[in-house]
Amino acid sequence: MEARGATAATGGPGRLDPARPLVAARPRYGEKVIQGLLAACAVISVITTTAIVISLLSPTIDFFGEVSLRDFFSFDEWAPTQADPSFGVFRIVIGTLSTSLWALLFAVPIGLLAAIYLSEYAHPTVRKVTKPVLEVLAGIPTVALGLFAVTFLSPEIQDVVPSLVKSPPFFALAAGLGIGLLLVPIIASISDDAMRAVPGALREGAYGLGATKLKVATRVVFPAAISGIVASVVLALSRAVGETMIVLLAAGGTPNATFDPGASVLTMTAFIGKTATGDIATGTITYDTIFAVGALLFVMTLGMNAIAIRLVRRFREVYE
Amino acid sequence: MPRKLWFALAASAILALGVAACGGDDDDDGGSGGSLSGDIRVDGSSTVGPLSEAIAEQFNAENPDVKVTVGTSGTGGGFEKFCAGETDISDASRPIEPDEEEACQAQGIGYDGIQVANDALTAAINPDNPVTCMTVDQLKSVWEPKSTIDSWSQIEGLQPSFDEDLALYSPGTDSGTFDFFTDKVNGEEGAQRTSDVNDIGEDDNATVTGVSGAGGGMGYFGYSFFKENEGTVKALEIDGGNGCVAPAPATAQDGSYFLSRPLFVYPSDKALQNETVDEFLRFYLDNINAVAEQVGFIPMTDAQLQKSQQQLESLTSGSGGGTTTG
Repeated sequence: MEARGATAATGGPGRLDPARPLVAARPRYGEKVIQGLLAACAVISVITTTAIVISLLSPTIDFFGEVSLRDFFSFDEWAPTQADPSFGVFRIVIGTLSTSLWALLFAVPIGLLAAIYLSEYAHPTVRKVTKPVLEVLAGIPTVALGLFAVTFLSPEIQDVVPSLVKSPPFFALAAGLGIGLLLVPIIASISDDAMRAVPGALREGAYGLGATKLKVATRVVFPAAISGIVASVVLALSRAVGETMIVLLAAGGTPNATFDPGASVLTMTAFIGKTATGDIATGTITYDTIFAVGALLFVMTLGMNAIAIRLVRRFREVYE
Repeated sequence: MPRKLWFALAASAILALGVAACGGDDDDDGGSGGSLSGDIRVDGSSTVGPLSEAIAEQFNAENPDVKVTVGTSGTGGGFEKFCAGETDISDASRPIEPDEEEACQAQGIGYDGIQVANDALTAAINPDNPVTCMTVDQLKSVWEPKSTIDSWSQIEGLQPSFDEDLALYSPGTDSGTFDFFTDKVNGEEGAQRTSDVNDIGEDDNATVTGVSGAGGGMGYFGYSFFKENEGTVKALEIDGGNGCVAPAPATAQDGSYFLSRPLFVYPSDKALQNETVDEFLRFYLDNINAVAEQVGFIPMTDAQLQKSQQQLESLTSGSGGGTTTG
């Protein structure tokens, strides 16, 4: 090893023999194996995504063989497991959007302000302590957050605004705040990284022109980091839409098409979770419904990510 | 380096051998000891679940080598597993249904529904609610599919009047309680309104939490859950045509309470050939009435118990042959 290194050092780039191609003297099989392993790891994620799409596809096609698109994409009742089934999926789509909306209304301002503080104002030692703590918050198991939402947030909200809550202890706002707690560190951490990546010269230029610290943070750094910030918010939205345990525990289970924060709602994920933990026979309409809802959820998050990429491209400020 | 590696390999090999040997010893003990051992898989109704669990605990104290697992995936969910041959005993809060019977027949699984207790399905309301009694028609107007009633004041003929929004909590559609309630009250099994109803799945405690927290709350569950939470929730008396009757042991046993029902366990004939399962069920029936009262269930009358014991006897002798001993 050392001997080979020494020869490489003496033979500089100028002394390459053009007749001899730049290949190893001996074939390095070990390296080939490692390269193969790394490639396999990269391929696994692609295969997984493809496999998910394929596994969703067949039951979803079965589902639409029995239920028309018009019956599915409607505000009819959502009662797929009842004696007289009905499949108005918009009721649970709106349930999902409702909990996500309340989560984002809570998490976006707090997350962004925390990010501005961390990247622009916080003393390095404060930052050193705060950021890891914030990231620990992102690691709390969602089932713990769900219980926190039911046993703490929900009664607190009822105490503050008793008239709001229609079916205690389960309602959209309690679940939304629970999800919000999960989203704050995602938004804060990614936005903070984006703002810190803004070149120092921009800040210095602004200061040189006489800008205050607040102006530098809000008018220079924030717009410059907007692509990262938008990405963090969309990532948070995808997380909120896909979150299952918190809504399963805290949001109730009523297919209400409402954005009322005090109403019990059923989200798409909670429906899948609730139904799949019971016992359902394969091939039944209930079984296919789970996959149809799953496919719709997949399409929704895919759409969101596509929009996010568009937004990021449009607002991106490129520095050299 | 290599020497260390060899040492580690040798050490783990010795450990592995040791563990394997220990495992072998355990098996030998189980076989020669003569006491009962093995697994008993029970699943089904979340209403009957606590009863089976209590019995399983007592049985386990006497037979520590037997592992009894009691799941609560609902009566319907339980039968699905039972008829697929995945469980030995199915807890049920309603009799087996024709399509489930077919599934069992297809797998060649014989069974009998053995009554283990009585239940009075209880409609629970908030203690602050002044209403004490509802007729079946009034209940139906609240719970039937497409019902639009969302306040207590909209229920026709209800006395005394009560002006509070309804908050409804219902067990999931896998639940035998759901099947029974929808059948008896709404007149069609499995049909219930979905608007403004909280589907709490198999977690009856969520109904208690909900009803006790919402002034206009109403939900339904087994009598034992009401007994456990008497005070935090109030039981409605139900008028099935012969006046208001409250859920109680006596009214459930004689059937005068409109929503009274028998609770069952369904053992499979195959499982009964296994001595452990057979003993477990005998133990179940021998202790059921004492245990039922302890855990808040309504015990069987003497006549009911006798009938259950006869059923178990004939199921065992009918299929197994030779294992019948008092």
